[in-house]
Amino acid sequence: MNSWITSNVWLIPAAPILAALLILAFGKAARRAAAPFAVIGQLTALTMSIFAFVPTLHSHGFRSVQNFTWFTFGEQTLRIGFVLDPLAAAMLIMIALVGLCIFVFSIGYMAEDKNFSRFFAYLSFFSGAMLGVVIANSLLLLFVFWELVGLASYLLIGFWIERPSAAAAAKKAFITTRIGDMGFFLGILWLYHRSGTLLFYDGGRGCLESVGLLALGASATFIALLIFCGAAGKSGQFPLHVWLPDAMEGPTPVSALIHAATMVAAGVFLVARVYPIFLVGAINGVTPSLTVVVWIGVATGLMAALIAVAQFDIKRILAYSTVSQLGLMMVSLGVGGVAAGIMHLLAHGFFKALLFLGAGSVIHGCHHEQDIRKMGGLRRLMPVTFSTYAIGMMALSGVPFFFSGGWTKEEILHATSQWPRSHIPYYLMLVGVFLTALYMTRQIIFVFFGNRRAASEHVHESPGVMTIPLIVLAVCAILFSVVLTPAWPWLENYLTGYPARFDPHLLIQPMIIVSLALVGAGVSLGIWMYRRAAGSDPIQQAQPALFRFLENKMWIDEIYDRTVIALAAIAARFSDWMDRYVWDGLVRGVGAIGHFLARLTTGADERVINAGVDEGTVGAHGFGRLMSRRHSGQIQTYLGAIALGMLALVLLYAWLG
Amino acid sequence: MVGLISALILIPLAGAIALYIGQPKNARTVALIFNALSAFYALLLWQKFDATAPGLQIAERHAWIPSIGAEYLVGVDGLSLLLVLLTSLVFPFAFCAQRLERGACALMLVMQAALYGTFTAQNFVLWFLFYEMSLIPAFLLIKIYGGENRDFAAVKFFIYTFFGSVAMLLAFLGIYFAKGTFDFATLAGLGKSGLLTGNLKWFAFAGIFLGLAVKVPLFPFHTWLPDAYQTAPTGVSMVLTGGLSKMGVYGFIRLLVPLFPNEIKIAGPWLLALVVCSIVFAPLAAWAQRDLKRMVAYLSINHLGYCLLGLFAITARSTSSLIDTQAALSGVFLQIFNHGITAAALFYFVGLLEQRRGLRGIDDFGGLMQRTPLLCGWMSVAMFSSLGLPGLNGFIGEFLIFKGSFAVAASVTAIAVLGLLFTAVTFMRAMQSLFGGPLVESCSGFSDLIRSEKLVIVPVTLLMFAIGILPQFIFNIFNATVTHMARLFA
Amino acid sequence: MPTLSMLLVVSAALFCIGLLAALSRRHAIFILIGIEMMLAAANLNFIAFWRFAPQPAPPTGVMVAIFAIAIAAAEAAVGLAMVIAVYRHFRTTNVDQLDQLKG
Repeated sequence: MNSWITSNVWLIPAAPILAALLILAFGKAARRAAAPFAVIGQLTALTMSIFAFVPTLHSHGFRSVQNFTWFTFGEQTLRIGFVLDPLAAAMLIMIALVGLCIFVFSIGYMAEDKNFSRFFAYLSFFSGAMLGVVIANSLLLLFVFWELVGLASYLLIGFWIERPSAAAAAKKAFITTRIGDMGFFLGILWLYHRSGTLLFYDGGRGCLESVGLLALGASATFIALLIFCGAAGKSGQFPLHVWLPDAMEGPTPVSALIHAATMVAAGVFLVARVYPIFLVGAINGVTPSLTVVVWIGVATGLMAALIAVAQFDIKRILAYSTVSQLGLMMVSLGVGGVAAGIMHLLAHGFFKALLFLGAGSVIHGCHHEQDIRKMGGLRRLMPVTFSTYAIGMMALSGVPFFFSGGWTKEEILHATSQWPRSHIPYYLMLVGVFLTALYMTRQIIFVFFGNRRAASEHVHESPGVMTIPLIVLAVCAILFSVVLTPAWPWLENYLTGYPARFDPHLLIQPMIIVSLALVGAGVSLGIWMYRRAAGSDPIQQAQPALFRFLENKMWIDEIYDRTVIALAAIAARFSDWMDRYVWDGLVRGVGAIGHFLARLTTGADERVINAGVDEGTVGAHGFGRLMSRRHSGQIQTYLGAIALGMLALVLLYAWLG
Repeated sequence: MVGLISALILIPLAGAIALYIGQPKNARTVALIFNALSAFYALLLWQKFDATAPGLQIAERHAWIPSIGAEYLVGVDGLSLLLVLLTSLVFPFAFCAQRLERGACALMLVMQAALYGTFTAQNFVLWFLFYEMSLIPAFLLIKIYGGENRDFAAVKFFIYTFFGSVAMLLAFLGIYFAKGTFDFATLAGLGKSGLLTGNLKWFAFAGIFLGLAVKVPLFPFHTWLPDAYQTAPTGVSMVLTGGLSKMGVYGFIRLLVPLFPNEIKIAGPWLLALVVCSIVFAPLAAWAQRDLKRMVAYLSINHLGYCLLGLFAITARSTSSLIDTQAALSGVFLQIFNHGITAAALFYFVGLLEQRRGLRGIDDFGGLMQRTPLLCGWMSVAMFSSLGLPGLNGFIGEFLIFKGSFAVAASVTAIAVLGLLFTAVTFMRAMQSLFGGPLVESCSGFSDLIRSEKLVIVPVTLLMFAIGILPQFIFNIFNATVTHMARLFA
Repeated sequence: MPTLSMLLVVSAALFCIGLLAALSRRHAIFILIGIEMMLAAANLNFIAFWRFAPQPAPPTGVMVAIFAIAIAAAEAAVGLAMVIAVYRHFRTTNVDQLDQLKG
């Protein structure tokens, strides 16, 4: 079974995609069967992922590759393939497991939607595409699945397409990520050109192996940056993060899927996958491309954390926290902590899915109210949701020891503090950690504590089909920390390929103290600030200008509207105008010249040539009439004329001598 | 005994005559029967075709007018066969799109015969005959059966393309007087060492280039296209984009590049600049259109621009390697085929919308997803195929073209990638506006896809998926030809 | 002994009489007679110039005169026949009334 799955790893994404196709094929008739199909597909994928995970444990640095020819063009072949290595295996399990929880949750959440079956088809497709990204052994195949992930996200964000805002958000997501993808596409072309292959691993000849990397030379930096463009688009890094908060227009399970397991993880995963390209020519682990990654990550992380403090929509707060956490992961990758970044990605997958589904449960309970100012006091009414949400919140805030997020965040901070180039990212990230604790505390106080407000009337706990996934995810978020602790850094060593050793002395490290202090400060400040805030925000009252700046997302959307989008629209109008008036004008001008020449020759014909002939014939006719009048028929007149003529001749003769 | 290819050319002509004489009540059915017959012959041709041989196959050669070196020479290589298959596919598709009158059906069949002839003729005189023969039915179809503004559009279309044809004819006469032959293969053999000398070669080059650039069309010779496509009936627009526009690209591959390899290298940067303008400005202009048909027409210019990008990039630089040349050529061939299907499908869907609504402005629709989910779904597939989504047919062709052109002209390719983005923006806006938002009052009575429409669209869409996922069967048609041509060009 | 000039004077007088007759008479036959007189004047000139040419001369003048007399006879025959025909058709021989050929 194990060896069978390693050579047929493509079956893992195939299962959900097949489920999606089946649901779509049966159309509306499949309403009852849709959810079982999707769940079975996902369950199959999860089972196979676990089977695929097992062989990767046996030997360190395990890697199984199946390459095959996709097609032959001319005399060349284009080969693609699938790879199974620790990175892929870990991601597979996380995606399949989180996905499964979200699927089950959706059965309850979407129960009344009239396009229930279509929703599950899209969900399955989304999950399948993401599983494909993870196991692709070719940058081209990865790009194929990457774009399919984009398509699925487009379909799901715009699932309630009858809402203009959802349609607009879907469009925005697709176009924004596509801007990054164009860079990615160029990066692929460049890489293909330099290394002659797009396979990652190909028995030593792949583009991530020594020969391929050597062929890149100085262009590696640009290739890496172009690929990072794609990652930035999908993972919502500044300046391409704008689609991510708007993606909240989709149904909440979709938000959970996008923000936890699939879409945003793809960017971070991509950077981790092609990390050797980023590392080409590294001195002390620092390259220009990685430096860019670090600074983009820091900017994104801090910006999003600041904006999150001033949001009132329960899902938007989580959305910005995702952006912020993704920045954190990028920083980690940039400073060299690949394993730490991926570990945070995995941990984040669990607790962010938990938080989003928790938020979904709250929204479901509050009859689709999303404003946290209108909630409050839900702690008693929704105990399961509350307790699981609290676990998610503590994991996200980075509370050490018991929650997975704490360990991974501490790892990232550790890696960042070791970065040789600058310490500024480290300090800025400490601020980010503090802010995370603050805004999560704010959110939980607004939603679950205090008095009941408008939307908290008639609130009830969600049904089991929704709460059980919450519990599963909460358990995961806690239990996952077992393999993350520095005392037994099993996952880190699994990812990096070193054997793990148990050493309880390493449990307490200086970074834990720093982390603990920051989280403690954030949470206590949050409690102190917001404990009496009943439906209004104290920062808003103290610093209205600053708050408005943050609440409006630093006006980045507006800036884009006025600059990039306006410019593009003007360019479009200009092209249209050029076409209508300049290029077509030239054509019409040439036509007009032809027309003018035609009129000119017509005129010349009618007025000059034709008129001359007419005049000639009229003249000849007149002359003929004149002459005929001389022909009187009088023979003697003729004779007289002859005589006169003769006389004239004689006289002429005589005169001339 | 009439040869296979001659039969292929004669079948649609016979159909046209049958429609003219027989005056049947249901002209479309008769036309479709003849199309089925020609499709069968095209498949027979494919079956007889030896995919491993690079040269001309199944050729028929008869003396015609020996005094001017004109002979009846038809045959197929991979490229010709690909285009013959495409023609056999697009015409039935177009006939299904719309109930056309008897006269229109007959004209379409004449055009089909002309297309078969153009794609198989291997002698210039014969080729040019077919090339021009396709123009007249197209003109009449627009002029008689077109919509608003049809007189102007038809005359503009005719004069513009005819002007280009005259330039090309003059150029070829110049070549004939210098070299004494009209045979494609012979001329291509002479092309390497230079066909003509002095200024004459530039005049000849410019003449042929102009004729083909108008036909494709290439920026800035494209302005007849939006008018013509916009006003033509749906079926005719499908044929114009799926068949006629391919004649230009085919001409570039078959004539200009083999005949003037050295001149193209000199003119290369300018040609690439025009191509990039085609690729970038056309989708931008499409974005600004309110009329759906006009929008699709502009995107058609963009997609044909990719074909020429690949072709000019590899021929304009002497540094292109064999791999890149083969990649770009394969991409160009595939893109020709893909664009034929996808653009025709897009016109088909616009036609369906127009049938239901009577209008086709982008603002005349809204919220269709609630009323006609199937129509929206299948139409989205065509749109995603057109914007180059992986898994559908557009992606592979574009990837190979960009791969080939990036190696030799990286900066040009980088700009051309913007075209992909603008295409996506255009389609996204269209989808948001057509499918999204609340259901518009005037669209609330729409019927979803009916059975006959499904029967048309499902096979075409499945073909898109097939090419996107397992494209080898298409590559097999022209791999030998690509290899052969790549050696010739590189 | 007559001199050449005497003969020429006679010939000129004869020609003038003939011309006058042809121009002034209304009757067709008189016009014919006038024409015959002019021919006779011409014949006289031929003979005269031949007679006073240096001798021996070839008999060209006589030959032309004989030839002209023969033609004149034929012409008179045709002319008279035509006059008779005209008279039968128009019932007149007055040339002033015979203007059917006017333009």
